Amino acid sequence: MAHTADSKNYYIPHGSHWPIVGSIGLTTLLVGFSMFLNGVGMGKMLALAGLVITVIMIFGWFGTVIKESEAGTYNNQVDRSFRWGMFWFIFSEVMFFAGFFGALFYARQLSVPWLGGEGIGAATNSVLWSGFENVWPTNGPGEVGGKFEAMPAWGLPAINTAILLSSGVTITWAHWGLKENKRNHLIWGLAATVALGSLFLYFQAIEYVHAYHELNLKLSTGVYGSTFFMLTGFHGMHVTIGAIMLFVMLLRAIKGHFTPKHHFAFEAAAWYWHFVDVVWLGLFIFVYWL
Amino acid sequence: MKECKSRILAGLILALSTPLVWAEYELNLRQGVTDISHQVYDLHMMIFWICVIIGAGVFGVMFYAMFKHRKSKGHEAAQFHESTTVELVWTTVPFLILIGMAIPAAKTLIAMEDNSAADMTVKVTGYQWKWQYEYMDGDAKGVNFFSNMSTPRDQIENRAEKGENYLLEVDNPLVLPVGKKVRFLITANDVIHSWWVPDFAVKKDAIPGFINEIWTKIDEPGVYRGKCAELCGKDHGFMPVEVVALEEHKYLDWVAEQKAAGQVAAAEADKEWSKDDLIAKGEGVYNKNCASCHQPTGAGLPGVFPAITGSPIATGKIEDHINMVMNGKVGTAMQAFGAQLGDVDLAAVITYQRNALGNSVGDVATPQQIKTKR
Amino acid sequence: MSAVMADEHHEEHPKGITRWLFTTNHKDIGTLYLFLALIMFFIGGFMALIIRAELFQPGLQVVEPQFFNSMTTMHALIMIFGVVMPAFTGLANWLIPMMVGATDMALPRMNNWSFWILPFAFTMLISTLLMDGGGPAGGWTLYPPLSLQTGTALPFVIFSIHLMGLSSIMGSINVIATILNMRAPGMTLMKMPLFVWTWLITAYLLIATMPVLAGAVTMLLTDKFFGTSFFNAAGGGDPVLFQHIFWFFGHPEVYVLILPAFGVISQIIPTFARKPLFGYSSMVYATASIAFLSFIVWAHHMFTVGMPLAGEMFFMFTTMLIAVPTGVKVFNWVATMWRGSMTFETPMLFAIGFIMMFTIGGFSGLMMAITPVDFQYHDTYFIVAHFHYVLVPGAIFSIIAAVYYWLPKWTGHMYNEKLGKLHFWLSTIFVNLTFFPMHFIGLAGMPRRIPDYSLQFVEFNQIATIGAFGFGFAQLLFLYIVLQTVRGGQKATDQVWEGAHGLEWTLASPPPYHSFTTPPEVK
Ligand code: HEA
Ligand code: HEA
Ligand code: HEC
Ligand code: CUA
Ligand SMILES: [Cu+2]
Repeated sequence: MAHTADSKNYYIPHGSHWPIVGSIGLTTLLVGFSMFLNGVGMGKMLALAGLVITVIMIFGWFGTVIKESEAGTYNNQVDRSFRWGMFWFIFSEVMFFAGFFGALFYARQLSVPWLGGEGIGAATNSVLWSGFENVWPTNGPGEVGGKFEAMPAWGLPAINTAILLSSGVTITWAHWGLKENKRNHLIWGLAATVALGSLFLYFQAIEYVHAYHELNLKLSTGVYGSTFFMLTGFHGMHVTIGAIMLFVMLLRAIKGHFTPKHHFAFEAAAWYWHFVDVVWLGLFIFVYWL
Repeated sequence: MKECKSRILAGLILALSTPLVWAEYELNLRQGVTDISHQVYDLHMMIFWICVIIGAGVFGVMFYAMFKHRKSKGHEAAQFHESTTVELVWTTVPFLILIGMAIPAAKTLIAMEDNSAADMTVKVTGYQWKWQYEYMDGDAKGVNFFSNMSTPRDQIENRAEKGENYLLEVDNPLVLPVGKKVRFLITANDVIHSWWVPDFAVKKDAIPGFINEIWTKIDEPGVYRGKCAELCGKDHGFMPVEVVALEEHKYLDWVAEQKAAGQVAAAEADKEWSKDDLIAKGEGVYNKNCASCHQPTGAGLPGVFPAITGSPIATGKIEDHINMVMNGKVGTAMQAFGAQLGDVDLAAVITYQRNALGNSVGDVATPQQIKTKR
Repeated sequence: MSAVMADEHHEEHPKGITRWLFTTNHKDIGTLYLFLALIMFFIGGFMALIIRAELFQPGLQVVEPQFFNSMTTMHALIMIFGVVMPAFTGLANWLIPMMVGATDMALPRMNNWSFWILPFAFTMLISTLLMDGGGPAGGWTLYPPLSLQTGTALPFVIFSIHLMGLSSIMGSINVIATILNMRAPGMTLMKMPLFVWTWLITAYLLIATMPVLAGAVTMLLTDKFFGTSFFNAAGGGDPVLFQHIFWFFGHPEVYVLILPAFGVISQIIPTFARKPLFGYSSMVYATASIAFLSFIVWAHHMFTVGMPLAGEMFFMFTTMLIAVPTGVKVFNWVATMWRGSMTFETPMLFAIGFIMMFTIGGFSGLMMAITPVDFQYHDTYFIVAHFHYVLVPGAIFSIIAAVYYWLPKWTGHMYNEKLGKLHFWLSTIFVNLTFFPMHFIGLAGMPRRIPDYSLQFVEFNQIATIGAFGFGFAQLLFLYIVLQTVRGGQKATDQVWEGAHGLEWTLASPPPYHSFTTPPEVK
């Protein structure tokens, strides 16, 4: 049999039930959510059940991987595969955001100007939407969602930018600590990063409440509200995921996992965190500032 | 059956014969009746022949090899497998051919997109599933009507012999003068449609909330038929375009007729209407405007279009009913008919829905009532 | 290099249903993918036959218009996401580890998940047919506002697309990690078989575009249920915005459906010409160029939406350019056959059929790239003819060719050559009978996505319908041949084909459960 061989160059995991559990979990979640959207009562419960199954799957699956990793079963090749995997996963996330940024740019550079009569939009404006002018932010010629105020860049959003940028520094600082095998340094770096991430989310929540209650700026406030909340919302979701990942890393660091040479999980979480950072910079510039 | 077979055979033979024959049997693009449509046809034939020639060359070589260089003929395999020169040749030559195609194509495209200096403007609006034509300026300014398919249901459901212009005929065709540059402002009311007349080489999407411009200048009088070309729901296949191109003086006669008809309709609204008259008139309005969705019986299509029979709105408060019909419901296929139908028609169809199709509420919507709601 | 199992009690050949449910083996997973594709092919084909039956005569006979539209939509979604993509992923799973000299895929557990998401996603998708208001009926392109009129089915359709996207992304990540990280010593990138190259590039296309599709359908969802205005002019959005995002995915997607096919053909032609592939490196560069260009041509699907002139020009020129690298591929195949020593076993027949008929489809594609003429072609059966030529005798033929070519390797049994050839001839005759007439009715002006048509189109529609039923039933023969070969038959040699070269032919037929437990040395 293969595993009796001498060298330990390649590793094949045994079969696993986690993937199928994941499929069942996701399907339950999505079917439940669909039913909820269609106004079917039990949809919510089903979605919740699906979510629970999915979370269990994630913990179970990663738990197995962590166990195997700590047992030293993995080798450099597996490590490299994981790296490629994480790297291209993050790239796919980048493209996901690119779709929404594309929608934002399209609205700002094309559809709103056309509705306002610029470029090929002369007849569109004069016949259908006369009086509408090309300005940004806008909720469109139909004033969908009613009068609103835009979110200014130089309040909470600027503070949040500072917070996320400094969290990028703390995570790097933690990484140095790990590489020099300074456990405390690592733990405090991670803790600071998680704290900054949570602070960011807290401010983001305050900002949303402010937008809904005082600015009348909602998801349904025309194309400005749509792009604003979809972009910042999906970003916030990714910050949450990233913070949870870092929190798990923190727990593992406390438990004594990772060595100065082998700590891919930590690096993956850190990459992810940097990605979330960079997306935020794009958001700050194009959604809030310009 | 025998006839069918020979038809198939004839078709196959045609398929293999020259493009000149194709044109006659409508197997090829139509040459059309405008300068642009001729340019388009020429472009089409040019690319077609380029492709045929390249194809003949490539397949010729391939088949030659397949017959000569086969093992069963004892052909030994050569072992060459690289040549930068030939790679360069077969990169560059197609590239040059493409440039040769791109130049005339760009010229035609630029001409097509030149909407300036039009003699008249017609606004075309797509609805599920009909077209609206509004003359924006010139002699016919103010003329405005809907154009529905006029092929009877019986033909579609195979209960009657299909006519010559099956699915290509409408009640009110668009009427245009020949020799004038007509600019179209194309838009839609609900979903995306596409206004297409092959003989003009005009196809433009009708997009709700936006206006697309396109133009044509028809050379010959005649009747030109086309169809909605963008999937727009259930009756996308039943949304023809019919354009009648007339000599200038005949066109002016038609315009005068339209204007006179408009005054008659206005006078009707002031008449007193009895309930029975409204119901009788409402049936016609319903079958023309509503039955495609809510079905002639009022049963609707479950999950897609609600039934009128027993509908809580059509049997409930009359204000809500009027409101639904006049303003429609945003985000659904239910259009705002207030902008499409006159006061009398609206009153009639609402009264009809409330007192027929299995409903018997008993009350009446009057044209005056509708007028105050506008 | 040796494989190491996770635990010492691991059985080499787990039995029963759990073998398939929990498997991490690339061959098992490849088999699952291929069988899924086969089943879905019959379901999607069945829907096509419903379409063709309705179109046999003018008038409405078989189905209601709404259901007809729903069939068109489902047929396309199933054929693309449920047949061609899984079939190619199945081939990738089976072949890439064997071709690069690896034991298995790089991320075997994720590999399992990539597959096992799909049956759930398709159950969800197909079940919408039974819902209130029926399945999605706005075309596979899901253009709003029409798609927002979908009833109960809408969120189910959207989420099933999310799941398919997730599956493809994970599958692609796996392919990339395997190719970049698991090659045997000496297997440099420029020595990899072309199938591996084309898949590497395809995987990039998928990772770059599937998330964009996910974003687009998410916007549909929020426009419908959460009041956003992405595609609503009154709120400052634009229905055409969806089309841009969709086709930014959609055009690269059609190359996802054809690049692995190019790879397959590039493996088969040299084998039966008994001559090395002509212009290997230019084939690699051509594939990469096609992939690159595919990102900047998307709006050729939307010439009639009313873009500014400069946009129409740009997309016309970039689209035309794709003919150059594609031409390079065709010419190289022909040059490989030139002065070879050819035999014509079934895989070779299908490969030659591919070259001819794909090229015909490519030519009509090129004609449609010419914007002013595409105004006439757009949304007619000319388009339907184009894409079925590149998809059916293109992608599907390449998959069939691949199955005949590697089936003896996979099962250890030779298929029945006589029946294989019969299958080829029936398929080729009927596929042309089905789709060639569509060029004519398209040019003559028959729009696509209509359940009923005017009288001048009758004859050719009847021919197409007869062809479609013939082609469909010819595929039952394929099913029979495959099952027969799986169950037994004449023993295949390791090399199987006289002219076959490559690592997979050095393994036994059928190959061991873990392909290369000691890495081969590649010179
Ligand atoms: C496998 C899938 C596949 C492939 C490979 C292609 C390949 C091509 N396609 Fe196609 N296409 C589709 C699948 C595919 N397409 C689908 C599914 C649709 C419809 C979607 C929908 O609306 O539902 C579509 C629609 C479509 C349109 C939109 C039409 C419309 O809706 O109006 C256009 C327009 O430009 C187009 C162009 C092309 C071109 C230029 C190529 C080129 O890649 C072809 C290149 C190949 C050749 C040209 C032949 C070989 C070359 C030579 C022998 C060299 C020498 C040749 C010359 C110099 C002429 N395609
Ligand atoms: C890979 C993709 C792929 C494949 C393989 C096919 C295969 C086929 N397609 Fe289709 N098709 C598309 C992709 C594909 N198609 C797309 C993208 C569209 C556009 C959709 C849109 O407009 O939105 C389309 C649209 C489309 C239309 C236009 C519909 C319309 O515009 O309204 C038609 C019409 O003839 C058609 C026909 C066929 C036929 C006859 C086949 C044949 O090759 C099928 C072969 C048949 C079988 C394999 C049947 C086998 C079954 C049996 C023998 C019966 C036994 C039954 C059971 C066991 C259940 N297809
Ligand atoms: C293109 C399709 C279409 C056409 C044509 C159409 N309707 Fe409707 N109608 C709908 C849809 C869809 C709804 C459901 C709207 C909703 O979701 O509440 C509806 C709802 C209604 C209702 C409310 C029914 C209920 O119980 O909710 C009435 C009344 C009605 N329509 C009257 C009419 C009249 C009168 C006409 C013609 C003058 C007409 N409709 C034409 C699609 C259509
Ligand atoms: Cu209107 Cu199709
Ligand atoms: Cu394309």
